Amino acid sequence: MSVHAMTAKEVARKVIQKESFFILDVRNEDAFQDWKVEGDNIQHLNAPYFDLLDGVEEILPQLPQDKEIMVVCAKEGSSIMVADMLSEAGLTVSYLKGGMKAWSEYLEPVKAGDLKDGGEMYQFVRIGKGCLSYMVVSNGEAAIIDATRMTDVYLDFAREKGLKITHVFDTHLHADHISGGRAIAEATGAVYWLPPKDAEEVTFSYEPLEEGKDVTIGRTTITIQPLYSPGHTVGSTSFIVDDAYLLSGDILFIDSIGRPDLAGLAQDWVGDLRETLYKRYKELSHDLIVLPAHFMIIEELNEDGSVSEKLGTLFEKNHGLKIEDEAEFRELVTGDLPPQPNAYQEIRQTNMGKITPDEEQQREMEIGPNRCAVR
Amino acid sequence: MNANKVLDAKGFACPMPVVKTKKAMNELESGQVLEIHATDKGAKADLAAWAKSGGHELLDQAEEGNVLKFWIKKG
Repeated sequence: MSVHAMTAKEVARKVIQKESFFILDVRNEDAFQDWKVEGDNIQHLNAPYFDLLDGVEEILPQLPQDKEIMVVCAKEGSSIMVADMLSEAGLTVSYLKGGMKAWSEYLEPVKAGDLKDGGEMYQFVRIGKGCLSYMVVSNGEAAIIDATRMTDVYLDFAREKGLKITHVFDTHLHADHISGGRAIAEATGAVYWLPPKDAEEVTFSYEPLEEGKDVTIGRTTITIQPLYSPGHTVGSTSFIVDDAYLLSGDILFIDSIGRPDLAGLAQDWVGDLRETLYKRYKELSHDLIVLPAHFMIIEELNEDGSVSEKLGTLFEKNHGLKIEDEAEFRELVTGDLPPQPNAYQEIRQTNMGKITPDEEQQREMEIGPNRCAVR
Repeated sequence: MNANKVLDAKGFACPMPVVKTKKAMNELESGQVLEIHATDKGAKADLAAWAKSGGHELLDQAEEGNVLKFWIKKG
């Protein structure tokens, strides 16, 4: 029996639709514990491939009879080997094409909402890593915010819709993933904007993002208003788009808030983070739809796979926005922080243009979950 | 380090470095040392975990350019 090569796109649809299936993850235990394909109705078994070289008999009793089984490994080689063995044992199985590498790189474009005069807001959900990027579309023009390094996805999307990319933004200097912003700007002639306080060491030219420098997309004046909102980094800048959406970068998420330590200055920036969340954001319209740069857990996805919530709802429900006591807040965001993202220092250096790793090295650097938040 | 046997698994992708290591190990006596050369980065964590689960001892590892070297003593 042949085995089916399941694409990351197919798996993403299953996760979004909360389909029930079974994953046999054949990576080593550490890799599995660190990061895996997650979904509401996914069951896992971790059995490293190197323990299955003599046969799969031992794990057969642990595999379901009535559920779709997908074998997963880092790149796909081992999962094909194990899937073949299971197939020979009479099971119908598939494997994840391209492995966790492909899963980490897959972007699912989801429409997050409408803008004035036919404009649209698209969210690109990097479902395997929890990164979110955006395309603001209006009258044949497009702006991209917090692009990943998979730049073809945005360029192809814009081409298919006949859009000219005119502006590219990063809300801050990212530490968890390599930005595609500069490459997209170079490929399209678009303007590349960065917060100057995060960009002091960059090796390339950029347009400094400052409050009051509103940007217009298309003829119908979809405005993108930068809002200085330090805390995750000293330069972190949010955007209010079309008076309807708040792109909060890594400052505010749906079920968590940004961590202030990834540039090494947690104690200095915790005050900024509190000021941004508890004063600057509180003064904004609570009807704004928050569109963050990450999600942490799959429960944060809406029915259609998008990640968004009204600012007012977050002030009611997000634990990180409801800590009255300043010392307690300080403890939350500096005390018991999760592990830092893989290779985050090298990622920051790459985003500053100081080092230029090749694609394979970039992949290795981005392995694992994003870990930009504290809950 | 003195090895009883050297396995060249350079250029092979996962799972081959471990598959070849296991095969080569079968031909050694307990206490003998196998030296493995690989280029697949995944081999680093996987050979260590495989050795542990198989009762072998990873004596040492080194990186020379793109080549990962491992010395495993058969258990």
